[in-house]
Amino acid sequence: MRDLNDIVKEAGNLFDATDDPNELEYVKARYLGKNGELTELLKGLSKLPLDQRPDMGSRINQTKSQIETLLKTRRLYLQEKILEEKLKEESLDVTLPGRGYTKGGLHPVTQTLMRIETLFHSIGYEVASGPEIETDFYNFTALNIPENHPARAMHDTFYVDNGNLLRTHTSPVQIHFMLENNPPFKLIAPGRVYRCDSDVTHTPMFHQVEGLWVDEQANFAALKGVLVNFMKQFFEQDNLRVRFRPSFFPFTEPSAEMDISCVKCNGKGCRICGHTGWLEVLGCGMVHPNVLKHVNIDSERYIGFAFGLGVERLAMLRYGVSDLRSFFENDLRFLKQFN
Amino acid sequence: MKFSESWLRTFVNPDYTSDELAHALTMAGLEVENLEPVAALFEHVVVAEVLRVENHPEADRLKICQVCVGGGHAKELLQIVCGAPNVKTGIKVPCAVIGAKLPGIEIKKAKLRGVLSFGMLCSARELGINENADGLLILPDDAPTGQNFRDYYTLDDKVFTLSLTPNRADCLSVYGVAREISAITDTVLAPLKISHVSEEIPDTIEVHVKVPDACPLYCGRIIRGINLNADTPLWMKQRLERSGLRSINVVVDATNYVLLETGQPMHAFDLATLDGAIQVRYAKAGEKITLLNDSEIILAPDMLLIADDCRPLALAGIMGGLESAVVPGTVDIFLECAFFTPNCISGKSFTLGFSSDSAHRFERGVDFAATRSVLEYATELIQSICGGKVGPVIEAKYQLPERHQIAVRTDRVRRVLGISLTVDQIFEYFKRLRFVFSENDGIFHVTPPSYRFDLVIEEDFIEELARIHGYDAIQAQQPRTELSMLAVPEKKHTPAAIKQMLVMRDYQEVINYAFVDEFWERDLLQNNCPIALKNPIASHMSVMRSSLIGGLIANLQFNLNRKQDRVRLFEMGSCFECDSNGNYHQLDKLAGLGYGDAYPEQWGESARTIDFFDLKADIEALFHGRELSFQSGSHSVFHPGKSARVIVEQNLVGWLGELHPHWQKKFDLPRPVVLFEFLLDSLLPKSLAHAKEMSKYPPVRRDIAVIVDNHVAVQSLLDEMWGCKPEIVTEIILFDMYRGKSVGEKRKSLAFKVLLQDIEKTLTDEDIDQAITSLLHVLELKFNATLRT
Repeated sequence: MRDLNDIVKEAGNLFDATDDPNELEYVKARYLGKNGELTELLKGLSKLPLDQRPDMGSRINQTKSQIETLLKTRRLYLQEKILEEKLKEESLDVTLPGRGYTKGGLHPVTQTLMRIETLFHSIGYEVASGPEIETDFYNFTALNIPENHPARAMHDTFYVDNGNLLRTHTSPVQIHFMLENNPPFKLIAPGRVYRCDSDVTHTPMFHQVEGLWVDEQANFAALKGVLVNFMKQFFEQDNLRVRFRPSFFPFTEPSAEMDISCVKCNGKGCRICGHTGWLEVLGCGMVHPNVLKHVNIDSERYIGFAFGLGVERLAMLRYGVSDLRSFFENDLRFLKQFN
Repeated sequence: MKFSESWLRTFVNPDYTSDELAHALTMAGLEVENLEPVAALFEHVVVAEVLRVENHPEADRLKICQVCVGGGHAKELLQIVCGAPNVKTGIKVPCAVIGAKLPGIEIKKAKLRGVLSFGMLCSARELGINENADGLLILPDDAPTGQNFRDYYTLDDKVFTLSLTPNRADCLSVYGVAREISAITDTVLAPLKISHVSEEIPDTIEVHVKVPDACPLYCGRIIRGINLNADTPLWMKQRLERSGLRSINVVVDATNYVLLETGQPMHAFDLATLDGAIQVRYAKAGEKITLLNDSEIILAPDMLLIADDCRPLALAGIMGGLESAVVPGTVDIFLECAFFTPNCISGKSFTLGFSSDSAHRFERGVDFAATRSVLEYATELIQSICGGKVGPVIEAKYQLPERHQIAVRTDRVRRVLGISLTVDQIFEYFKRLRFVFSENDGIFHVTPPSYRFDLVIEEDFIEELARIHGYDAIQAQQPRTELSMLAVPEKKHTPAAIKQMLVMRDYQEVINYAFVDEFWERDLLQNNCPIALKNPIASHMSVMRSSLIGGLIANLQFNLNRKQDRVRLFEMGSCFECDSNGNYHQLDKLAGLGYGDAYPEQWGESARTIDFFDLKADIEALFHGRELSFQSGSHSVFHPGKSARVIVEQNLVGWLGELHPHWQKKFDLPRPVVLFEFLLDSLLPKSLAHAKEMSKYPPVRRDIAVIVDNHVAVQSLLDEMWGCKPEIVTEIILFDMYRGKSVGEKRKSLAFKVLLQDIEKTLTDEDIDQAITSLLHVLELKFNATLRT
């Protein structure tokens, strides 16, 4: 009989020399199979004298389990190795593009409108809307623009029929809202407006956002505060310089025009700002007492301020769009830049 | 409003540079649109006299001139070769001597075709004065030879162009702007020098103001024997030119000059053409007049006229008539200076389609307290230039506009502006503004001046105070208010959320004009009464859209022409309809378009043209959670067999379909177009989630396949099964449809997956079989369905 340790050593060596899992099982059979060496040894136990049998039996079993352990280790090793090789072959070209469709996008004017709404919403402005086919009363008269007033001529109105027109600004939404609600309130009214004008810097339809705050505590300093805050947040420029100039709108008194330092050249003067360093961005003012009178609000108790933003203007400045008309051509190559 | 700075500075001369002055005006609400020098920078240009002109022996177009430039050069004449067509002996012209630097040229001694030339005679363009390059700039005979031309022609001057708001009529004159600057900069204002001209003849003309409301003040006078051939003085011509006015004749120039300086429009009639008394009246029906701008107009009865006994002479306050105009040969004139109320002038130039300097001022308001003195001023100017004998002033005066005293409360000023102006500050600002006022206990009683038509209520004065204080000096503050949260409805989608869903499904948003070609409405959409604009900007934008579809198709065409072959668009926007009572309705809609391949060209999917069901999936996603169904229907836009009405909770909310092949052909679209459109309101409702208990027992799946006639709609099978299903059936989904020989002609096989589950127990085979049988039974009964085996 061979030395049991030699058998273990030999089996170990043979296992390690085998790379094929099937072959490994053949090698195993040599020791542990039906006619394997250790199986034979166990069978031969009966031929041993009775007193030697327990000791020998236990040694053979020990040897058997040693070989089994070696076998298991080798099996596991081979399995891992095979898996590894298989995975190596299975690897993808991860740089291939994904399957299915891609993502569309929002129109830059919509993105700008949403940005404006979000900013004002964050300080409690609610969103109001009104009709685009308006009456002369809401568009002009209630806003303190009487018939034949030169300010009407400034508006280049599209007329539908007697007394009806396409609103020339979002300001009439103020009137609708104030007639239906009681102060205090603060609202913005985003929407389309129409003017009979079409050239490089005018389109017959464009977007405005009207803002209104009516409160016992509203004042001109607060109007400035809100608008300066808005412009800085909108352009994400904390050091944006602004200035307010007196202006004229029939529905506000005092009225102002707000300029910001050119966002392109930072006030040094460039083509965008006409070499002035300033950009005219909005008109605003304290709501004219006549307007409050039209909507039955006591102007002694309540003071209001209002402003009107040109959305395309802000979008052009924010995204560097040089031609206003490109917003309404709907050229996909243009639009996809904003996705 | 355009004027020369040197003119302005004769009235007010603050210690400000031109740029500082421009800034101050802009910041006070008188926006300076432009500030530019009247001429280019140049030096060594003097007034020269051409003493001799000879032909150049070698060149037909050149002349050899001997020129006197006076001063240090007096001893010798300069020889200058000149090519200008208007050079001749005796004229005075600007001459650039050697060493002069003009825009783009430096003058040196030169030889022109063999003849030496020691300088250059100049045109206006060469000196950057204007664009006139027709010939030399010929100067008046009295121009002092040898004088520095810049000084002689006051070229160290700038032109201000103001963009004035309609409320500031008082600044439509040089004097008005000066008055404003005096207030802004706190600088002395020189008064207008007006002297009374003594009457030399007794001649008058009768004036009948028939409508004193429209013309509460009418002044005029006769001047006889004027010399219309007199030259308008250079200084006056220059000031007019720098304000953008061309010199016409001395009388017209003088009245224009007065208008620019004082803001008071005037008019001069040729006295010889007048017949009888002057009347101020409204036009009669059918009356006509030919105006100075050569246009003949038929007068409407709301047109205010200056007429004589026989005919209209002028459109009051707007423009004179051609027949009574001062023209060469005029000897006697009638000079008019009146006040017309803004209401009766405003809107007229809009109706007429043209405006004038006069109308522009009268419709905004002219200083009625200065009318008579301005007439005196004009008389003096005219007489000093072209002589004549002056008659007495004729004046017809009625009720002039009133100026009411307004109370301005210091408290209110502080409340509106949010700053604490002191009583002293307010006092000081009102004084600078030359308002008449008194103050008592912090309340100011202010009377607006006659030249201000924009100061009516307390707030108007508050704006004045803010302007003088400076808007920029008002410190911005964050507003204080009571806080309350805004409503955030959870049972409603926001339009923005709906847009976002479409964006994530690969749609690009577009924004189209709301006015469209009438064709889109009448033909494509069969809208017989589109809302038409009275004054469309172009014929293809003449009616209001009732649908977004036309715009999307136009966008598709535009992009196909730019080689985009896969297009997916949506628009959300307002549409307009007119009901049978003529009332307008604005409906917000959402429309989408799909064209080209279903997916962008890619390696992992084979190309397939987008179809009805691709867009249907998008719609199902948009309406997810709602009771949604599709019914075939016909619509002018769509393919009759490939379109559907979309029904949500029993309401027709929109359409989905393939564009009708005849439109596809007409619009020259190579591949089919799939479109949808909905009322936006139908998309907004959203149900609030209500959680149910989940079953602990396993679900069971059974598939059933049935064969039905081809025309049977799948939805009807689903509806029937769902309507009578046992409670344990939790889901029925169509997962396969097959047509082919094996199922028979005009038949189709439909395979449904049925999920069954009970909340309280594990289902038995018996439960399951019973449920499936009941479903099959319904299908058999209602649709003659046979079980596919």
